[in-house]
Order: sequence, then C-alpha cells, then structure tokens
Amino acid sequence: MVIQTLVLSGMLICALQAIRAPRLLVSALWLAGCSALLALAIALLGAPEVGVVELSVGAGLVTIIFVFAINIAGEETAVAGALVPRPLAWVLMGLFLFLLLWLTVPRLLIPALNRDALPFLRAVWEERSLDTILQVALIFSAVLGSIGLLADRREPARAETPARRAGGAQ
Amino acid sequence: MTGSVWTIAIAAVLCLVAIGIYGLLILRNLIKIVVALQVFAKGTILIMVVAGGMAGKPAIGQSLAITVLVADTAITIVALALAIQVRRWCGTLDTRVISTLRR
Repeated sequence: MVIQTLVLSGMLICALQAIRAPRLLVSALWLAGCSALLALAIALLGAPEVGVVELSVGAGLVTIIFVFAINIAGEETAVAGALVPRPLAWVLMGLFLFLLLWLTVPRLLIPALNRDALPFLRAVWEERSLDTILQVALIFSAVLGSIGLLADRREPARAETPARRAGGAQ
Repeated sequence: MTGSVWTIAIAAVLCLVAIGIYGLLILRNLIKIVVALQVFAKGTILIMVVAGGMAGKPAIGQSLAITVLVADTAITIVALALAIQVRRWCGTLDTRVISTLRR
C-alpha cells in the first residue's frame, strides 16, 4: 500500500507541474511522467494490460505528438492573466468536485453482489467487440483528420488571363 | 486488494480531476489546454479501473478504460492539429487574442 501511495502522489505532483510549468515543452515532459506513473499505478492495482497500453500510448505516442506540435507551433510563454478569475475557478472546481462526490462515490461504495471471473481478453474481444471496432474507426478518423488539418495552406492558382496580361503590359 | 487502496485511488482520481478542471478554467494557451484535458482524462482512466475492481467486474472496467484511452488520444491528436492551424492562421495560441466574440 505504501508503494501505491508513493506512485499516486508522484503522479499528482507531475500533473500539477504539467499545469504550472511556464514552458510548453517542460509541461509536455511532466505530462509524460504523469502518464508513466499512472501506468505503474494501474499495473499495481491489478490491471497490467491497461498499464502497458497507457505506457505505450499515453506516455509514448502522445508525448511524441506533443513535442511535434510544440516544435511546429513554437514556444509561446508568459501569457499573462487567467481565462477565468482565479477565485471563480476555485469555486467552480469545488462545485464540480462536490457534484462528482455526491453523484458517483455512493454508487462505487455499494458492495458487489455477483462477481464475474471474465478474462480480460474475452471481455475486450467478445463482450465489448463493438467498442473495439469503434476504437479502430476512431483512430483512423483521427489520423485522417490530423493529416487534413496539418496540410499546408494551398495558394489559389492564378489564372493568367489575356486581359490581365494586357493590363500588365500597359 | 484491500479497501484502503481503493480509497487512496479514488482520492487520487479526485485530485487529478480537480487539477484538470482548474487547468481548463485558468489556462489560455491552446496547447496547455490540451495538457489539462489529458490530466482530466487520466483521472477518468484511473476511475474506470478502480470502479471495475470495486464492483467485482475488473475485465469490463479495464476494457472501458482502454476505450477511454483511445478516444482521448484521438481527441488529443485532432486538438493539437487544430492548435497548429490556429497558430499558422492567427499567429498566436492565446485564446483571448483569437476570440472574435469580444470585438
């Protein structure tokens, strides 16, 4: 239990630093650390398959994409001021947490009645097969969408009309 | 798995979600907003695993956690591509500067 507490505390520190870091690249690296520690925490909680996917996708792929995006967009630090006034942000965050605790946690604390011994792979490929197919479609649409968005601006082709040519000659 | 471990994990989820929400509310840089969204989604992934384990159905919780992870990755990729396009067209990533509703 001590190990789980340490890993989860480290994950929270990384998440906080990812929000607080002024440089974008440093923020992305803190986020990668948060993902890696989350993967470790999930593996310690008894779900090593999800931990491996989180480590490879969350800490690996997403970090590479962040670094790529920051490299293209460029560092833009020192944006002064907050979007929402900070006291209002604290109030809204407290309200959100209160609603979350009120609506979800009592349901989590209901003791489990019928425990199933469904293996993970059977759950993914048989019970939730529609989810798996939708995930594949989602990844393909994301890749196609990002290729379309990352494409360079296309300059409109200038038609060299005879009238313009005559205007240029005068 | 003892109950206290689940309690610590739920507390960590609440902290992660709180950090994500706070970041979404105060940050103005588009890429940092995506970072805050990622932190929020990590809380969601963790609560899926915890809820599955607590309800005695870990396989369903884990498969839903992977679904959330994939959807979150797709959202991140498209959001970062949009941020790059905003930077190209507007020259900034600041959401206040690119907003046209105030003008």
